[in-house]
Amino acid sequence: MNADINPKVVVKDLNFYYGNYRALKDINLNIADKMVTAFIGPSGCGKSTLLRTFNRMYQLYPKQKATGEIILDGANILDKNQDLNMLRAKVGMVFQKPTPFPMSIYDNIAFGVKLYESLNKNDMEERVEWALKKAALWTEVKDKLKQSGTGLSGGQQQRLCIARAIAVKPEVLLLDEPTSALDPISTAHIEKLIDELKEDFTIVIVTHNMQQAARVSDYTAYMYLGDLIEFGETSTVFTNPTRKETEDYITGRFG
Amino acid sequence: MFNLYNRRRIVNAIGLLVSILAMSFGLFWLCWILWTLFAHGLPSLTLDVFSQMTPPPGSAGGLLNAIWGSLMMTVLGTMIGTPIGILAGTYLAEFGQRGWMAPITRFINDVLLSAPSIVIGLFVYEIYVVHVKHFSGWAGALALAILVIPIVIRTTENMLRLVPSTLREAAAALGAPQWKVINFVTLRAARAGIITGVLLAVARISGETAPLLFTALNNQFWSNDMNNPMANLPVVIFQFAMSPYEDWQNLAWAGALLITLSVLTLNILARVLFRQSATSH
Repeated sequence: MNADINPKVVVKDLNFYYGNYRALKDINLNIADKMVTAFIGPSGCGKSTLLRTFNRMYQLYPKQKATGEIILDGANILDKNQDLNMLRAKVGMVFQKPTPFPMSIYDNIAFGVKLYESLNKNDMEERVEWALKKAALWTEVKDKLKQSGTGLSGGQQQRLCIARAIAVKPEVLLLDEPTSALDPISTAHIEKLIDELKEDFTIVIVTHNMQQAARVSDYTAYMYLGDLIEFGETSTVFTNPTRKETEDYITGRFG
Repeated sequence: MFNLYNRRRIVNAIGLLVSILAMSFGLFWLCWILWTLFAHGLPSLTLDVFSQMTPPPGSAGGLLNAIWGSLMMTVLGTMIGTPIGILAGTYLAEFGQRGWMAPITRFINDVLLSAPSIVIGLFVYEIYVVHVKHFSGWAGALALAILVIPIVIRTTENMLRLVPSTLREAAAALGAPQWKVINFVTLRAARAGIITGVLLAVARISGETAPLLFTALNNQFWSNDMNNPMANLPVVIFQFAMSPYEDWQNLAWAGALLITLSVLTLNILARVLFRQSATSH
């Protein structure tokens, strides 16, 4: 099922439970280094659930648990001795709805950096500028860094969140339907951004938008009811899927 | 079609009429109370009220010592009660998802929230005043603090619950430990709401008579000593309004107006703050 790729993350026999409900069933998957991998599938198929195991976001909720292995750079991150804060420094995440913190644009970005590094004022300013430039937001906000991040438009807020995530210099970037709350222009901005970001980061994106998956990703995983149905290069999955279910979903006959 | 439309119009008119009547009934008493208060209080609200001590019957005086005592005890009560309330409210909202402690705390807090304030006064009398054998400003502040705590707990919890969980997740996803998430993100996002809650608690305690009657009692003279009985507006109003002396009664009206005006100001301030927070999100 896995294409011949240089993996950054290896998922082995992953099962996930919400209480007694088994939401992911024996998932095996490789996430390619410095590439974009997209998870697609109908609502409730487990694609966000799978994404949220990569930084153990589910740990916030007592009734959720994962079994199996997720190997990032040779170490199993599901191990109970895994330092969650260090894991999340390495694996950043951007959510469906923009989530700017109730503080200035500058502080929004400095917040994450301060958790791991004690930079002096100059270095911090440089880092903030670097992250905002990476997220293609710098020219729009450079004169109002002291203003509240909540005052930006939705698309700008989402790019602020991306800047905030990459300011920590993670290696993997998880994007959970990052454009589903945005208008087409902001969406185009972010898709362009994803293209540029994959030079430095391994990106995993969950999307409801098939065209988006086709446009931005190198690899695509199609999921249904907690099963990984098909995984491969995006061009193959979209033009010549091996499974009937995948074809039905992609062509809109189902889902 | 036309019939249905007519029927809806009539039902709507009746509904509107009943609502307006109910509103007028409520407003009528409120306006009457305010009118009486202003009519009696305003003429007595002279500069003397703010510069003279409470007088013996028959001589001129003001309410300065009572205003001061009320301020001291309200401020102290708020200062004691607010941190406890905010911390407990934070516990309930941020850590109260598991275990048995949070539901029980929440239930007891609800009971405390609706407990008659005279019970709180008697409680402090029993555990503090009886043992030190005299009324004091400290006891008054303590009673007021106990009134502040449940209000602040409730509003803090509610305001923190309004903070979307995605904001918590976003902070946690950066690798922030929970205490940093709470301190720098969720409490900050709920800040205006929590301040509103504190202001409402201050408004509530600044008019409370019963808890002070058993704790701070009253003092005819100027006193800064929290270890002694302390004058305060509600008890002075109670005492003066019940008296047969007209100048005392007039001072009581002035005091009542003063409390009402300050509570009104606090409420308006709370509303303005809350509106600001609602638009900034």
